Formats: sequence, C-alpha cells, structure tokens
Amino acid sequence: MSVVVKTIARILVPVILVFGGYVILHGHLTPGGGFQGGAVAASAVALLLVAFGAPAVKRLKAPFSVLEDLGGIAFVVLAFLGLGFTFFANSLAGMGGLFGAPVPTGPNAGILNSGGTVPLMNWAVGFKVLGGLGAVMVLFGLFGGDDDR
Amino acid sequence: MTLLAVLQVVILILIVAGSVLAVWLKDLLASVIALGASSLLLALQFYLLQAPDVAIAEAGVGAALTTAIFVLAIRKTQRKEEE
Repeated sequence: MSVVVKTIARILVPVILVFGGYVILHGHLTPGGGFQGGAVAASAVALLLVAFGAPAVKRLKAPFSVLEDLGGIAFVVLAFLGLGFTFFANSLAGMGGLFGAPVPTGPNAGILNSGGTVPLMNWAVGFKVLGGLGAVMVLFGLFGGDDDR
Repeated sequence: MTLLAVLQVVILILIVAGSVLAVWLKDLLASVIALGASSLLLALQFYLLQAPDVAIAEAGVGAALTTAIFVLAIRKTQRKEEE
C-alpha cells in the first residue's frame, strides 16, 4: 500500500488497540464486552495486514494461537473457581480485592472495580476473539504468497 | 413524523442504495467500500434503535473485518469483474 496508508496505520493501530481494551475493560458496565472488544482489537490487526502485507505481520511474531489457548483456558478455570457453590458461580464478587468492591443498591454510575469473575471472563473472551480472528486473518493473508499491489 | 423517524428512513434508504451499488459496480474494490459503508450505516441504525451492543459488534465485524478480508482477497485475485 501507499505511504499515506502506512503512516495513518502507524498512528491508528495503537488507538484502535486501546479502544478495544476499553470496550473489554468496561464490558460489565457499558455496552460491549469480550467479543465486541476483541473484534475491535482484531480490526487493528486487519489494518496492519492491509497496510503492510501478511509477511510483515508474521515477522512481528504476535502469539495469536497462544493468546487464543490462554483465553479459553482462563475462561474455564474462572468457571471452575465457583465449584464450591455451582459451576460458573461468581466467587469473587463482593469479596474485596480485584474486581471485588461491594456494589451499592439503587441507581449509581457504575463501579469499575466490581463484578467479580465477569470482567475477568470478559478479558478471557476478548483475548480468545483477538487471537482467533488474528490467526485466521494472518493465515488468509499468507495464503498463496504475497503480491503487494 | 419526528426528526428521529425521518433520520431513520433516510439511513435505511442509504443502506439500500449502498447495497445496490455494491452489486452494480464493476470495480470490486469500490464495491467492497460500498458494502463497508452500508454496514457502517446499519451499525448507526442499530444505535438509533437503542441496541448499542449490537451496533459495536456490527461496526467491528461487519464494517472493519469483512472489508479488510475482502480487500485481502481482491489483492490476491483481480480487481475488475469479468463479464
């Protein structure tokens, strides 16, 4: 692609990644969540592929497959954490610590440090979607050699 | 009709126009851009219908990822449609 596309891609890719992380992090308070944030972050990978070509993205050695595996494993482990009560029981909510702040009753603006295992599962799903879509698109770009036009 | 209803009708007409353009154009890259614009307008319509969750998914998958995958496919095949 042309110099214009490459320069704009260099500027926009960090911004898109941070916005994807924002959508995942606030998944339990605002619209969006793991899948939406992961898809937004994967669109940064798509922009890199279109601008620089698949071999350049492969040279970055981004561990898409490892990210996908870790996301799936983290989701299942977080589900098993609630086994003292039931599968998928939210064992971290309201216990203090990470994402464990107590939630006041009645209307409120939403507390980011709440939700228990739900935000952590959002991160797991987000990394899984980013890894899966990124791996699929990089393989699609590598297929049949690269002819940059 | 209220202003919001008029805006929604205009967006629906633009979605149909973009889809017809995507089928009608012979330059496949322009066709993909028309499809992406149509998808982005569909995301705006979802937001106006108060489904922001669906709107984010549509904007991320429909407008960004499919457009990028189509551009990659066009780069590997040919740009002009054959008769």
